[in-house]
Amino acid sequence: MKAKLLTGAIAAAGLMAISATANTAHAGTLDDVRAAGELKCGINTGLPGFAFTDDKGNWTGFDVAYCRALAGAVLGDPDKVKWVNLTGKNRFPALTSGEIDVLSRNTTWTFSRDVDLGFTFVGVNYYDGQGFIGRTALGAKSAKELDGASVCIQTGTTTELNLADFFRINDIEYEPVPIETNEEARKAYEAERCDVYTTDASGLAATRSTFPDANAHMVFPEIISKEPLGPLVRQGDDQWADVARWTLNALINAEEFGVTQANVAELAKGTDNPEINRMLGSEGSLADMLGLSKDWAVNAIKAEGNYSEIFERYLGTNTSLGIARGLNALWKDGGILYAPPMR
Amino acid sequence: MSNPTLNDDGDQFDVRRLLTDERSRGIVLQLAVLLAVALVIAFITANTLANLQRAGLASGFGFLTDTAFFDINQKLIDYTSQSTFGRALVVGFLNTILVSAMGIVTATLIGFTAGVLRLSRNWIISRAVTAYVEFTRNVPVLLQIIFWWATLTALPKVRDSLSIGDAAYLNNRGMRLPAPILEAGMEWVFAAVFLGIVAAIILSRWARKRQEQTGQTFPSGWAGLGLIIGLPLIVYYILGQPLEWDVPVRKRFNFDGGFNVTPELIALWLALSTYTGAFISEIVRSGILSVSRGQTEAAFALGLRPNQTMRLVIIPQALRVIIPPLTSQYLNLTKNSSLAIAIGYQDLVSIGGTILNQSGQALEVVGIWMAVYLSLSLLTSAYMNWYNKRIALVER
Repeated sequence: MKAKLLTGAIAAAGLMAISATANTAHAGTLDDVRAAGELKCGINTGLPGFAFTDDKGNWTGFDVAYCRALAGAVLGDPDKVKWVNLTGKNRFPALTSGEIDVLSRNTTWTFSRDVDLGFTFVGVNYYDGQGFIGRTALGAKSAKELDGASVCIQTGTTTELNLADFFRINDIEYEPVPIETNEEARKAYEAERCDVYTTDASGLAATRSTFPDANAHMVFPEIISKEPLGPLVRQGDDQWADVARWTLNALINAEEFGVTQANVAELAKGTDNPEINRMLGSEGSLADMLGLSKDWAVNAIKAEGNYSEIFERYLGTNTSLGIARGLNALWKDGGILYAPPMR
Repeated sequence: MSNPTLNDDGDQFDVRRLLTDERSRGIVLQLAVLLAVALVIAFITANTLANLQRAGLASGFGFLTDTAFFDINQKLIDYTSQSTFGRALVVGFLNTILVSAMGIVTATLIGFTAGVLRLSRNWIISRAVTAYVEFTRNVPVLLQIIFWWATLTALPKVRDSLSIGDAAYLNNRGMRLPAPILEAGMEWVFAAVFLGIVAAIILSRWARKRQEQTGQTFPSGWAGLGLIIGLPLIVYYILGQPLEWDVPVRKRFNFDGGFNVTPELIALWLALSTYTGAFISEIVRSGILSVSRGQTEAAFALGLRPNQTMRLVIIPQALRVIIPPLTSQYLNLTKNSSLAIAIGYQDLVSIGGTILNQSGQALEVVGIWMAVYLSLSLLTSAYMNWYNKRIALVER
């Protein structure tokens, strides 16, 4: 019996040693994704426009489209994605621990997340800001008139911190009502557990679009923060960060060059615009530098189209969300969306 | 057994005997196993620490002194968004304690009442209690918490609040009660309460002694109650009623003044009490049934009345069976309170989660959670074990 215990202990020690070596010999994320044959992408648990299920039960939306493009660029097939639904709270541990390869979940790029939490934001795909939604019947015209109100708020977000700052600076009292997910927050707001709900303005538009009586609710004029949203990866794997960053840039540049889902295959054969040629691989060797196959950008754009197509399909003025491009228009159209050149 | 490595002669040490002598061989082997286990643990710890350091995680507990920057809606101690993470954790800890303590008290009351009623000869009462027990203990407590929360948020809106004597208001944002404002002199009233309790204890000791010596009874329960309530009341009126009430006033969005009991707290409290109460009622029933019928008959034969029989004969013996499983139920209730997160009651887990997210110190926060729940559980069971020992049957 005792001898058995002893051998058991030694065997356990051996196992630990093996798993330890496996841990330390961690390969690059790009190789991991290729080896697994699928991209593990962290998305929202459900936010109209950004990540929601279509009538066939497939995940779709603005944030989802980015991961599909990335899977196209890396694996050549936008469907090879494993979706991991994450709340505001468990999204960061999921990325740190390697449960996901990339987080595309309307996440605000902040100093502490970039520097302290050990992530790399690969760019901004949506310039947002925090706002409030409330019932028009309240008679309040501005968020500064909310003295004494109950405010529904998603926990573990930057909005929670902005909210506290805003009310403290303006010296007004409020009752925070913390809620875990956007869906639950919407229900609490509908039940009038709170007077106003605060989150990113895009999220407010998305939430308002689901109300049967959308006109009885108004989005307050104040935008109380800058919320640049974008995909992020773990810090320390620069190759993977480059792949993620340039996939996003390719989508934005594609809009600028007029490359669309419909014409990308045609344009990939070669055009008289060297920038398009370099991006789509008929000229130069950008793909080799990135460690991807020559048609990476073609596959990325094929997935859901360029930035403009994705935006208009899920968020634009023709959707129930009805968000105008605004800040998110290309730099030459009066917005601040500006991707570095592909050269 | 003083030193197993010495042989029985006591003066000469022989290495060979370590393997030939059965007893010393056993000890050597056990030491070897212990050493191996210690090595494995040391290895795992060192490996984990090294990996964490490499990943840049787990940088210590320094973050507890950083500013929190978020607000909390239910706080038993002063807290603002300018306070530290550490203080936020304490606020969450106190909220956990509050709901657990409230839950334990009501679950015990519900449990004892239901347990006794289920044994009632009245068919309707016993069946109604059976239905309650079987329903609540077979539906997951998380669903019950959500059910109560949904029910409470379906109460009238703020502008149609149910008014209770124009002093307290009930709406879907909770219960707004008048808050006491203590003025100078109130400390003497509290002192009087304390004095009353001490006097009541002395009185009951004296009464018991007198009964043992002379057989005469004294209504020490009623007299004690009179002391505990009467003394402070007299002091309160002598000092000119040093207590004001801050009555809630309706404002534009909410009531102002007084204090608010959130629907989250009420929902969690109700769900935990009724859920755990169902289990406790079964424990109480089993305890009572474990006391043999002969005890009751013997008590009746001695001329004790039914309620005396229950109080003096049945319950003391039943308690010995009840206490150990009751302890587990208390522990369960405390741990189940962490389901608060589902409805946004800001307990230790909810606030810890926010801190985890804002600071990124996942392992430290999880470590704190485990340490707190472990110590709460150990404290509860230590107290219950002490109580169990006190009421245990004294064998002569």
